[in-house]
Amino acid sequence: MKSLDRRALLRLSGLASALGLAWGARRTGAQAPAQSGGAYGAMAHAGHLAGPVGRTALDAFNPSVFLRAWNFSDRSPSERGRYYRETRRPDGTLLREYDLVAVDREVEIAPGVYFPAWTFNGQVPGPTLRATEGDRVRVNFLNQGSHPHTIHFHGWHPPEMDGSLPEHQVMPGARFVYEFDAEPFGLHLYHCHALPLKRHIHKGLYGAFIVDPKTPRPPADELVMIMNGFDTNFDADNEVYAVNTVAHHFMHDPIRVEVGKLVRMYVINLTEFDLVNSIHLHGMFFDAYRTGTTLTPSESTDTLMLCQGERAILETRFRYPGKFMFHAHQSEFAELGWMGLFEAAGARRDT
Amino acid sequence: MTERAPAARIWTFAILPVVLLAGLLFLLMRSGAVGVVQQEGVPPVEKLIVERAVLGPQGIQLTVLNDGPDPVTIAQVTVDDAYWAFTASENRTRLAHLGRTRLDIPYPWVAGEAHLIKVMTSTGTTFEHEIPVAVRTPSAEPKQLAAFTLIGLYVGVIPVALGLMWFPVVSRLGRTGLDVLLAVTLGLLLFLLIDTSHEGIETAGALPDSYQGLALFLAAALGAYLVLESFGAWLRRRRSGAGSQTSKAWVLSLLVATGIGLHNFGEGLAIGAAFALGEAALGTLLVIGFTLHNTTEGLAIVAPLARERPSLAQLARLGAIGGLPTIAGAWAGGIVYSPVLAVLFLGFGAGAIAQVMLQIARQMADTESIAVRFSSPPVMGGLAAGFLIMLATGMLVG
Repeated sequence: MKSLDRRALLRLSGLASALGLAWGARRTGAQAPAQSGGAYGAMAHAGHLAGPVGRTALDAFNPSVFLRAWNFSDRSPSERGRYYRETRRPDGTLLREYDLVAVDREVEIAPGVYFPAWTFNGQVPGPTLRATEGDRVRVNFLNQGSHPHTIHFHGWHPPEMDGSLPEHQVMPGARFVYEFDAEPFGLHLYHCHALPLKRHIHKGLYGAFIVDPKTPRPPADELVMIMNGFDTNFDADNEVYAVNTVAHHFMHDPIRVEVGKLVRMYVINLTEFDLVNSIHLHGMFFDAYRTGTTLTPSESTDTLMLCQGERAILETRFRYPGKFMFHAHQSEFAELGWMGLFEAAGARRDT
Repeated sequence: MTERAPAARIWTFAILPVVLLAGLLFLLMRSGAVGVVQQEGVPPVEKLIVERAVLGPQGIQLTVLNDGPDPVTIAQVTVDDAYWAFTASENRTRLAHLGRTRLDIPYPWVAGEAHLIKVMTSTGTTFEHEIPVAVRTPSAEPKQLAAFTLIGLYVGVIPVALGLMWFPVVSRLGRTGLDVLLAVTLGLLLFLLIDTSHEGIETAGALPDSYQGLALFLAAALGAYLVLESFGAWLRRRRSGAGSQTSKAWVLSLLVATGIGLHNFGEGLAIGAAFALGEAALGTLLVIGFTLHNTTEGLAIVAPLARERPSLAQLARLGAIGGLPTIAGAWAGGIVYSPVLAVLFLGFGAGAIAQVMLQIARQMADTESIAVRFSSPPVMGGLAAGFLIMLATGMLVG
């Protein structure tokens, strides 16, 4: 028998049904019309069918903790002091000093799937740095990884602080101190700029860099959400997508918010390989401040598209208590892990 | 005692290398000496093979085999780029070398459309399995057995029987006509040999590497060749002992029927398996193609008997030997499909056909050399015609 290639099969099955002579179809046709289009038997009594199977261990990295942590606020006071120090300067601004260390580390990005990541301080995304406009930022960088790395910040800085040219590379075992003024205010990012760039970024060397305006934004429940992806089989295409690294994490552990209270999301797209990523919130609208560099919203929407490296601050108040899905509106990304839930508590309130 | 001593010594020398080899293997495993040639921190070699995909009302069922040297842990499954729930039989997701598990994936597949399943291991490596056309996989119900029987009848038994009905024509042929007919038969068989070998080698290539598919195929072919060779010799001895003048023709015809039967078993396996693997929507055209294709096989069986007077029962028996295995093959392929079995039987088929071809060539040559006998235009024309008939009807099968 000749090998039955796909086109031949399609042609044959098409012809067969056209002739109405396919004995198999005739014999089984009457039995279950509902099944003739395929099978959805398992869908009727389904719990969670979609999404990865199992749970990810959270002791090394918890996306829910990452959500509300900046300047190492998730560490114990003594440990925090090792990585972050504030000194008030004569003009009232702060010198903020950070210790960032590049290390190779395996991270669990979906239950049972371990990715050989390159990280800042052992986590992907790296720690969120947050300063106020006009502060001095000093980052002591130590490369303990197996390849040369750099830290490239988005924002105003002199060229020697850019961490992008070949001479900026920090060799394994070497150190470098990045120092610059935090400006402009807005939502920025940092990432490794060593070559090859795609690999250094998608392996995990990136994080959020928030610069607050001198007059702070109104108080809110603030959330850092970094859209990322992982190419686990190194075919230049992501197998796992997420917000804050772990696929489907917020499906199991919803982001808990209060009805009526201002919620502010710092959303950055750091997905490699795909042209764009997006965020869509169910059952509500939000104000978007692109790049966070203005205090007036750039648009009101429920779906925001961001290209790689693009970011926006999103603000909303929940009207209804209950669960609301949020995910990339690229269905493929959503079904490969970039999907989660908000859970709002409180009585219904018009906002 | 003195006579026994050399025997004991020979035994000692025979066994000594085996004992030393066992010792060496033990030492290699204990000391980790093999580790010297391995690099530090080299990731494991992972290789998973999807042996079978079954599509049912509750979703998709995959049989997965670890064909790599290192253990593999299955972490996730995606279907059409979506993570999907799955359960492994007995929760077995960590597979040792040649370990096997079954994954039940409650995925709502769509009939007539394609699906791509990826099995992701703990290292994030993915192994793909494509379902080119989703159709519900038949199971071993009586209804299915009947269906497979029907296919076997269509593509194996009936065509061979129809071919046998040319016997009255065949028996009236003159010497040259008979030569041409036998040459046509050889052409047909040559095509079948190529076809079976191609199919067998292709199936062997799809086997997990650990099964050594090509060696398996060649061993089966060689085995079948030798078995048929000695079977033929035994038949001839028996017949000539009984004083029959017609032994050669009968033996040849029986051997041709046996070879074609083995080939048809392989063909049945392939058809049944195409169903079982969820890879075929067997159309009317396919059945028609095989029917035409196989009618010529009946001709090949009766050609050596042109100078005999076989009874209807004898003809029927030859037809049964050639045709019925298609049904058995379709059953086996559809119900207990194993690619290893398929490679073995395709190998048997190839070996048997090769042996039969040589038999026919020898009979045609008689006292002359084969090269001389085959260089006459009618014989060469017959060879080409036989091959082309198969080629043309084979095109119908696609």
